[in-house]
Amino acid sequence: MRIPCPCCGLRAMAEFTYGGADVTRPAAALPLDPSAAPDADWNDYVYRRDNPAGPHRELWFHAAGCRRWFAVTRDTRTNAFLSEAVA
Amino acid sequence: MMPYSVFALARQALTGHRSWPAAWRDPAPRARYQVIVIGGGGHGLATAYYLAKTYGITDVAVLEKAWLGGGNTGRNTAIVRSNYLLTANSRFYEHALKLWEGLSADLNFNVMFSQRGMVNIAHSNAEISALHRRGNAMRLNGVDAELLSRDDLGRLMPGLDLSAAARFPILGGLIQKRGGTARHDAVAWGYARAADARGVDIIQNCEVTGLRRDGDRVIGVETTRGPIAADKVAICVAGDSGRLAAMAGLRLPMESHVLQALVSEPVKPMLDVVAVSGALHVYINQSDKGELVMGGDIDGCNSYAQRGDPHVLDHVVESAAALFPAIRRLRMMRSWGGTVDMSMDGSPIITRLPLAGLYLNGGWCYGGFKGTPAAGTAMAHLVATDRPHPVADRFTLDRFDTGDLLDERGSGSSPWMH
Repeated sequence: MRIPCPCCGLRAMAEFTYGGADVTRPAAALPLDPSAAPDADWNDYVYRRDNPAGPHRELWFHAAGCRRWFAVTRDTRTNAFLSEAVA
Repeated sequence: MMPYSVFALARQALTGHRSWPAAWRDPAPRARYQVIVIGGGGHGLATAYYLAKTYGITDVAVLEKAWLGGGNTGRNTAIVRSNYLLTANSRFYEHALKLWEGLSADLNFNVMFSQRGMVNIAHSNAEISALHRRGNAMRLNGVDAELLSRDDLGRLMPGLDLSAAARFPILGGLIQKRGGTARHDAVAWGYARAADARGVDIIQNCEVTGLRRDGDRVIGVETTRGPIAADKVAICVAGDSGRLAAMAGLRLPMESHVLQALVSEPVKPMLDVVAVSGALHVYINQSDKGELVMGGDIDGCNSYAQRGDPHVLDHVVESAAALFPAIRRLRMMRSWGGTVDMSMDGSPIITRLPLAGLYLNGGWCYGGFKGTPAAGTAMAHLVATDRPHPVADRFTLDRFDTGDLLDERGSGSSPWMH
């Protein structure tokens, strides 16, 4: 699989580190106050995933290249990249 | 069912082996069953078998979207072991190993269980200490474990590179002599035949496309062969647990990932144990046909593709060749990938779901095949009695809310790290 890095273009998967699903942190506006969001929201954020068979918004880190984090949408059934990567 | 025996073999030989009956029926689905098991792999078939054998529930259908054992049951590296550190995992996998030891006789089907020994290899003092700790934990839990010196390893595996010039010099190891391998297809076929003989309907080419519900109760399934009603529905679908749970409106604490394996061309006997190096991320054993079977880590990103990236296979082969330099000139015969449920703490889930009558068996990570008999036992117990089986009562879904995690590897909530 070759991954479209927004900085370096298509590069081999071996150069990258996976960062998981692009999930939204609860209480993003109050990062220093975890109690601003209920425990259930934190549990969902840490542990539960949509895990779709199809388009999946996910994070990658170009560890052996430009060392940039970016988000991209990939089809988990075909490994086709469906969007431009966003740094 | 015709019992398999030396007498049956002799009798069939007289007619040129042309009158063996089919090992199981191929029935059309009925309109309703007491229990539907989704997934015709080892776990689903074992669940149906123990429901019939232990709990007398024979009004059961196993629905398989393709062919029996065509998913992870036929894609794993066939290793059976119970060398776990955490007590909850140790007790479950040791229960499985004890069932493995009597499985061929129980099923009247040779699953070719071979207790050839399971060896963990250590390359540093820290790893030696970790193996001491693991071995002690195993012995405290009643599981066999013996530490091995470098000389012991050399006697067990003459091909192992024990020189100081090795890529990662070897210091010692740990063996579980009761560990080994089994013929993975035979496990699916043996459970299928034994379940069928007790009245279970095994229905292939029948994919579940939706769950039928009445309020907060499940009342059946929609399939590609029409709707089927049921009092209880058990999900045993390995890498597709998330998709089935989504049909019930649930999000699970797991991701689906691809795990690859490969075999070399067959060679004469050269390795009669299962060898694992945690530091090199490789496990290797030799099949009865002579192929060297190798696997490593998951690719590391969500995938339902059932195929992976070649750089992962490169890593597996480089690591195997570092341990056994003699295999460098072997050719790879084939490689494949399977979709595994990677749970957020690396341990499985066997539980009731919030929808009444719906049960889940999933999140097996690397451990599904070796757990097959115990997973079937525990799942059948849960479906029949609505209470968790004592050997699997920590494999809950709410442990991710209560914090009672089973993080065997201690790598936190990143499924691709387990």
